Amino acid sequence: MAVVLILVLLALGSVVFHILSPWWWTPIASNWSYIDTTLIITFWITGTVFVAVVCFMAYCVYRFRHKPGNRAAYEPENRRLEWLLAAGTAVGVAAMLAPGLVVWHQFVTVPDDATPVEVVSQQWLWSFRLPGADGTLGHAETRKVSAENPLGLNTDDARGLDDVIIEGGELHVPVGKPVHMLLRSVDVLHDFYVPEFRAKMDMIPGMVTYFWFTPTRTGTFEILCAELCGIGHSQMRGTVVVDEAADYQAWLEQQSTFTQLVASGEPQTTD
Amino acid sequence: MVEIPAGSASAIPAAEVADMELYHPKSWWTKYVFSQDAKVIAVQYALTAISIGLVALVLSWLMRLQLAFPGYFAFIDADRYYQFITMHGMIMVIYLLTALFLGGFGNYLIPLMVGARDMVFPYANMLSYWIYLIAVLILVAGFFVPGGPTGAGWTLYPPQAVLSGTPGGRDMGILFMLSSLIVFIIGFTMGGLNYVVTVLQGRARGMTLMRMPLTVWGIFTATVMALLAFPALFVACVMMLFDRLLGTSFFMPAIVEMGEQLQHGGGSPILFQHLFWFFGHPEVYIVALPAFGIVSDLISTHARKNIFGYRMMVWAIVIIGALSFIVWAHHMYVSGMNPNFGFFFATTTLIIAIPTAIKVYNWVLTLWRGDIHLTLPMLFALAFIVTFVNGGLTGLFLGNVVVDVPLSDTMFVVAHFHMVMGVAPILVIFGAIYHWYPKVTGRMLNDTLGHVHFWITFLGTYAIFFPMHYLGLLGVPRRYYELGETAFVPPSAHSLNIFITIMALFVGAAQMVFLFNLVWSLSRGRLAGGNPWRATTLEWQTPQTPPAHGNWGKDLPVVYRWAYDYSVPGAPEDFIPQTEPARDIPTREVVA
Ligand code: HEM
Ligand SMILES: [Cu+2]
Ligand SMILES: [Cu+2]
Repeated sequence: MAVVLILVLLALGSVVFHILSPWWWTPIASNWSYIDTTLIITFWITGTVFVAVVCFMAYCVYRFRHKPGNRAAYEPENRRLEWLLAAGTAVGVAAMLAPGLVVWHQFVTVPDDATPVEVVSQQWLWSFRLPGADGTLGHAETRKVSAENPLGLNTDDARGLDDVIIEGGELHVPVGKPVHMLLRSVDVLHDFYVPEFRAKMDMIPGMVTYFWFTPTRTGTFEILCAELCGIGHSQMRGTVVVDEAADYQAWLEQQSTFTQLVASGEPQTTD
Repeated sequence: MVEIPAGSASAIPAAEVADMELYHPKSWWTKYVFSQDAKVIAVQYALTAISIGLVALVLSWLMRLQLAFPGYFAFIDADRYYQFITMHGMIMVIYLLTALFLGGFGNYLIPLMVGARDMVFPYANMLSYWIYLIAVLILVAGFFVPGGPTGAGWTLYPPQAVLSGTPGGRDMGILFMLSSLIVFIIGFTMGGLNYVVTVLQGRARGMTLMRMPLTVWGIFTATVMALLAFPALFVACVMMLFDRLLGTSFFMPAIVEMGEQLQHGGGSPILFQHLFWFFGHPEVYIVALPAFGIVSDLISTHARKNIFGYRMMVWAIVIIGALSFIVWAHHMYVSGMNPNFGFFFATTTLIIAIPTAIKVYNWVLTLWRGDIHLTLPMLFALAFIVTFVNGGLTGLFLGNVVVDVPLSDTMFVVAHFHMVMGVAPILVIFGAIYHWYPKVTGRMLNDTLGHVHFWITFLGTYAIFFPMHYLGLLGVPRRYYELGETAFVPPSAHSLNIFITIMALFVGAAQMVFLFNLVWSLSRGRLAGGNPWRATTLEWQTPQTPPAHGNWGKDLPVVYRWAYDYSVPGAPEDFIPQTEPARDIPTREVVA
């Protein structure tokens, strides 16, 4: 009988743990609360199934455990029941998949007014680039990366000269405005992950990957690297600050453009 | 159903017996070491896999110690931690689970369960084991080369796998890992072709495909999948070796390695991920399907009831096997591949949940109105269902593309895959060992030790991995050497980490009880007799226990019924062996 009791306790204990758990997602700071909603739907559906299956099993063990003289029933199959269960499962699956795909559609559709923000990763440092006054980022590639030009900007591309470069510092973004994160790596895979934004995406050398989000509250958030990138992986942290518009402007004005950086010789220009 | 006269076994051509004589072992060496007997090869596979599996277990303790007490154990530095993760993951998935299910259980059970004398190509079968052993030795050698083994994670993603920021990337480690995998695949192919051909061509008279025990169906389908999936890993390994040794750029775009421009250019790291997961996802089912099959037979035998919905179970195995080749990119939702693939792969992934759920329903419905004997195999089967359902359901989170975005690469994933493809198949392996040990050795395993082992393993692993999901939900990433000061992580999360580690050490200790039981019962266990569980399938009907070379004595068995004639109404016993002619006690089997 211990088995029956333990199975029931395990199912109920899991539910209690879920309810009482102090470990839960961080307070959201982006528009992706839809993701949280879908996750909650999934928790409800899967949680119900889990408890139902385990309790049914416990009941079977209780009711049909061996006693002298018992004999099992003989029922090779039951077409109706089997198809019914399959259909029920299909409905449950659809109930999770449908909202999931709708939200995914939003996730991959970048709004036209989103501001581009480039993140460049290297072992084990985050750098950022914002479009300057012209509103566009200049061309950049790994081949152009050097000590003087750590993000590999193409000096022949005039659009890049006014780009704002933040090497290894904090990234600021204004609250309430959609941002289009353009992700680039100059060495290995990394992954830009801010738990409060609910979004993450790998960064791949030789490609630009992306996601978008709208920050919904001000605050300072930690950037973690979420793709194994070598021994410094767990130390690869950064900071993103979500500002009110005025604070953001004040911060932006203190940043240097590519031209200024080259002229000031910091990063050093040798030629 | 075709009636086969009992005497027809003598219609087997005389030449077969003569051939048999040719390969009967002539010396101790050919009997126990370079043996061509599938049963001996099975034991060799199993012992090797369990030995290397113990290494992976010890590595998991070290990783857990680091996670609970970061920095306390000075010798676990970041390099070593990542090497431990990598070797632990790779050993568990490939060298333990794959080898044990297919090489171990496949070799032992396929010929016996389908009524063959042996695998159809015994010599290739023997080579398969020895090549596997070489692969294991190369893997272990990786620990001792300069720079140590690779620390690239079991996924071995380039470019970091071959660059200097990763342990073993610019040293020998990655070369040993890739070579070991290549050798493993060669060895596996020899065994795998054997399993497939034996099932297709070596079955006894009357053993139609739809009469085969689900164990055989599971191992057979998994083997077919492995033969189709491993080549993708094989080419990926070869290509990475070329990139690393010959300077090709299959997976290498332009890269600045620690401030220095490399000569590579134009390659695609994502190409590797596609190749890896084209192998890697089917691999999950390569360890799951044999477990599905075996657990079906454990439940049926120990509940004294036919497996519910046998035909549906067979089709579910086959459909899961086929579908699992078109879901691989659900491991890559946030890899940077074209995000529109997400729609397709989320849909296929969630569709696979349906045949999988059917299997679960049929297992629990087999218990319904059964005569449940709470033997150790049955207990492990129940524990498997709990663990597998838990892990399978969290798969619905990770498969549903947008829900995966916050969870992927966190401890939620670690918890999920340990439940579903780590612990669940291991529980079946334990159940299967308690079930078939009497056939392999002639003795029963000790019951008391078995219960201690069972409860600690079942509840302990649940206590390790269930709470771990919530760390992932919080946002704790996986593969973190240390969490350090992270603003959103409350101190209680560190306490939870300590709890998990203590549980892991407990569970590890319980495995020593199991190993002791395996050795002790070899000489001290209760004598089992030929059919201690009163089971129907052929392996329990051998003339000797343990079965002799050639399995069946003079005449091959003839099969008259399906594998699940338990508690047939009107039959004197609650089981009817598959060899029992139907005219004496009719079967109620549903014929496809
Ligand atoms: C009680 C037993 C086990 C414990 C305590 C354990 C513990 C761990 C730990 C601590 C990690 C590293 C997690 C991280 O930070 O990323 C890990 C990774 C892993 N484990 Fe286990 N594990 C166990 C059993 C298994 C089994 C049976 C399998 C078989 C499939 C397995 C497969 C893996 C894999 C594939 C990885 C990922 C490695 C990687 O990230 O490259 N583990 N395990
Ligand atoms: Cu990184
Ligand atoms: Cu990283």
